[in-house]
Amino acid sequence: MIELYANAVVSGLLLGGFYAAVTLGIAIAFGMLDVVNIAHPAFVILGSYVAYICNARFGLDPILVGLLVLPLFYYLGQAIYQISYLSFERKGSDSLRGLAFFFGLLFVTEVLLILVFGVDYRYVEAWYIGPTLRLGPIDLPLRMLVPCVLSLVLFALLQLFLSRTFTGRAIAAVSQDPTALRLLAINPVRIKRIGFGLSIATAALAGAFLIIIQPVEPSVGREYIGRIFAICVLGGMGSLPGTLIGALLLGVVESLTTTYFGPSWSPAVGFGLLLATLAFRPAGLLGR
Amino acid sequence: MIAPLLHVTGLSKRFGGFVALNDVSLQVAPGERLGLIGPNGSGKSTLVNCMSGTLVNDRGRVQFDGRVLDGLPPHRRAYLGLARSFQLPRPFSSLSVRDNMRIPLLYTAAVRAGRQRAENEIRERTEELLRVVGLIDKADARPIDLTQVDMRKLELARAMAADPKLLIADEAMAGLSNAEVDDILGLLMRLNAQGISIILIEHIMKAVMAFSQRLVVLVSGNKIADGAPSEVIRNDHVVRAYLGQ
Amino acid sequence: MTSATAVENPGRKVQAQIGTPMFAALATGVAVLFYVALALIGNEYLYFSGYVVLQFVVMATAWNILGGYCGYVNFGSAAFFAMGAYSTVCIYSIGTEYARSGVGKILGAIPPPVLVPLLIAFAGIIAGLVGLGMGYLTLRLRGVFFSIATLALSVVLQTLVVNWDFVGGSRGAYVIRPNEFPLLPGGFIAYLFVLMLLLVVVALTLARGIERSRLGFGFTAIRDDELAAEAAGVPTLRLKLIATTVSGALMGMAGASFPYYIGYLQPNSAFGLEYAVNAIAMPMVGGTQSWVGPLVGALLLGSFQQWATVTISSVLNLLIVGLVLIFFVIVAPNGIVGLVREWRRKRVLRKAVRP
Repeated sequence: MIELYANAVVSGLLLGGFYAAVTLGIAIAFGMLDVVNIAHPAFVILGSYVAYICNARFGLDPILVGLLVLPLFYYLGQAIYQISYLSFERKGSDSLRGLAFFFGLLFVTEVLLILVFGVDYRYVEAWYIGPTLRLGPIDLPLRMLVPCVLSLVLFALLQLFLSRTFTGRAIAAVSQDPTALRLLAINPVRIKRIGFGLSIATAALAGAFLIIIQPVEPSVGREYIGRIFAICVLGGMGSLPGTLIGALLLGVVESLTTTYFGPSWSPAVGFGLLLATLAFRPAGLLGR
Repeated sequence: MIAPLLHVTGLSKRFGGFVALNDVSLQVAPGERLGLIGPNGSGKSTLVNCMSGTLVNDRGRVQFDGRVLDGLPPHRRAYLGLARSFQLPRPFSSLSVRDNMRIPLLYTAAVRAGRQRAENEIRERTEELLRVVGLIDKADARPIDLTQVDMRKLELARAMAADPKLLIADEAMAGLSNAEVDDILGLLMRLNAQGISIILIEHIMKAVMAFSQRLVVLVSGNKIADGAPSEVIRNDHVVRAYLGQ
Repeated sequence: MTSATAVENPGRKVQAQIGTPMFAALATGVAVLFYVALALIGNEYLYFSGYVVLQFVVMATAWNILGGYCGYVNFGSAAFFAMGAYSTVCIYSIGTEYARSGVGKILGAIPPPVLVPLLIAFAGIIAGLVGLGMGYLTLRLRGVFFSIATLALSVVLQTLVVNWDFVGGSRGAYVIRPNEFPLLPGGFIAYLFVLMLLLVVVALTLARGIERSRLGFGFTAIRDDELAAEAAGVPTLRLKLIATTVSGALMGMAGASFPYYIGYLQPNSAFGLEYAVNAIAMPMVGGTQSWVGPLVGALLLGSFQQWATVTISSVLNLLIVGLVLIFFVIVAPNGIVGLVREWRRKRVLRKAVRP
């Protein structure tokens, strides 16, 4: 019994590490830039499919693919932000249209993937999918361990970038104090464009991780909407350490739910947690 | 002595570690014109927001017209006769100037009068108010087409439509020309002549001095002076706060 | 008798104003004509596709009461629709599973033509209460959080339904639609169509009534500037709760007769993405500022999809809906109604310039 739960907690932590990578993008876009990109999971799934195509056609390693297409996703993000800025933000029009726009993107991406690839589950092949490390009674499947460790690396790198570099600090501050940025002769729109580019770029890697962890079909992304927003809000919006804690927590709770009640209940955990957080602790776990 | 209309006692408000208001007390008598001044970030707007219910104060009490306001949302305070204008005008942008007036008339004014006005009464009252502030020619314009000063006038007209006992005018003249400042000032004086108490929050000293019967000075969340304008501006603390010595 | 009165203001277009009872009567008249026309054609397929289009008119109108008037985006339209559908399945199952005992016996004894309107009312109450609860939990926060929470609602409810065997779980549930209905030519499907037509009249009358009322002005004030609305005396929380309740109730009512229509209800079809996306796309395409917009949008997009499902694939037509949504949001934010108004205004201006 204890072994079962210890394993559940450990796989929850591994899952949580990966969730952190998926949430990174939204922590930047929503938490720092104040762009409510509900389409983020669709970009993650897009990343998964890119990894799948390159893996199936050319036998490339999915993580390598994720790294290779980072720049493409970065510019895709910049382009999307530019459209959203020109059409909504600049005109100061209500958030209604921005939300509808990203909802449309989410929907169109999903439907396009269904049209091209159908609704079959797709998966990738790599040497680390299959073997499992055993530490006494604890199982560490490499297909979970590798994405988790790399997610943490990605996390640390971004945290360094956001806290140590000039551009990074500007991104972290842009929605709090756009006037201050203007005074420093920084263009807030440019900063937000870079930030949003980064946010979408993380989706390329997160997508590669996702398809390593589990087979993917186009609508899988929907489950992640609840997860990432739950983590983001729980983590106190835009605080990376908070996001990491929220992600690990959600991973463990989901994993325990699956062990205890069965996998059909796990999608509700993230969303349930989100609803509970919004209702009772909107400032997040670490918030006052 | 007449009972004060507004009675603020020991108001405190913190944002995280930052003390925005520290134990501030003040009173406004019925029909009085009070000027509230202080450097940027001294807590003026926080005070206005706590009085009107937009922010919840941590400690202290706001009494208005004999009632304790703590815990009441802004619209309930409006129903009691406490109106405010915003520092940056916040018109209802999809409604015409005329229909902007309709909101307080349908809600606050109706509750205060105890009945809904008929359609023609609403039109008459709207036109009366727009005439008072000098916006009658622009009644069918959209707020986006108004000038700065007209936007401020709309802001004031909307506050007046609520038939308030006390009007808090938060920097109603910032960014206006001298002539325009006089314009708004005259408007506020006329309102006051009708018996409405007014708190004027303002940076333009000439305007505050001309308007106020009494002056309150806030510096970093503390009230440092309260008295006749001419005495207050000679006060050492005030001079130091303003000249930064 | 409310007669059409023309209010003339300088610089303002002449506006014919019709009272709400008159509007309801007119809408009913149009609805009757619509039905008679279909009955004369006498093609059963028209009832089937007409039903779906009408259902979307209700969904779009309901969404717009909260989204268009108050500015609060509900992504969970599918959840409210499914709630209506599943409340019907639930009651229906009580009637069949417990046919021998008290409540089940009574429910089983009610003939379907009487039961369905009762189910619609019941679904309205359930979905309205859930809307109220949702609103109460999240509306005190920034508007975005409400939207995100509604995204969550669909998944939470779908998970509940999938795991609830009594309403069929993931397998789905059968609801038997009687073939005959003695009072109307066209059978039971014609009856369902007529009920939906009635619901459309109710929804449109309600939306239009709200628009011109004190409530409607309060909603607009909330959409434009919530802080200023509150300062002007609008009880914003209460009004938003009214909007979520009414909007949710209408969506639930739109879904209530769906199990009878479809015959076999699966979670995937009740919680289908097409409800969420259409409920947003239709008002956005038609225009969110007045009741006309969702009606126009739903009729256009709804009929298009009915046509497209038989000619091209259903996935492709959803793609088109999504693209149309994005296009309108970016290019014509006030929808078709907005475009028409703009065009008319320009024409008037041109006339004024050239005497």
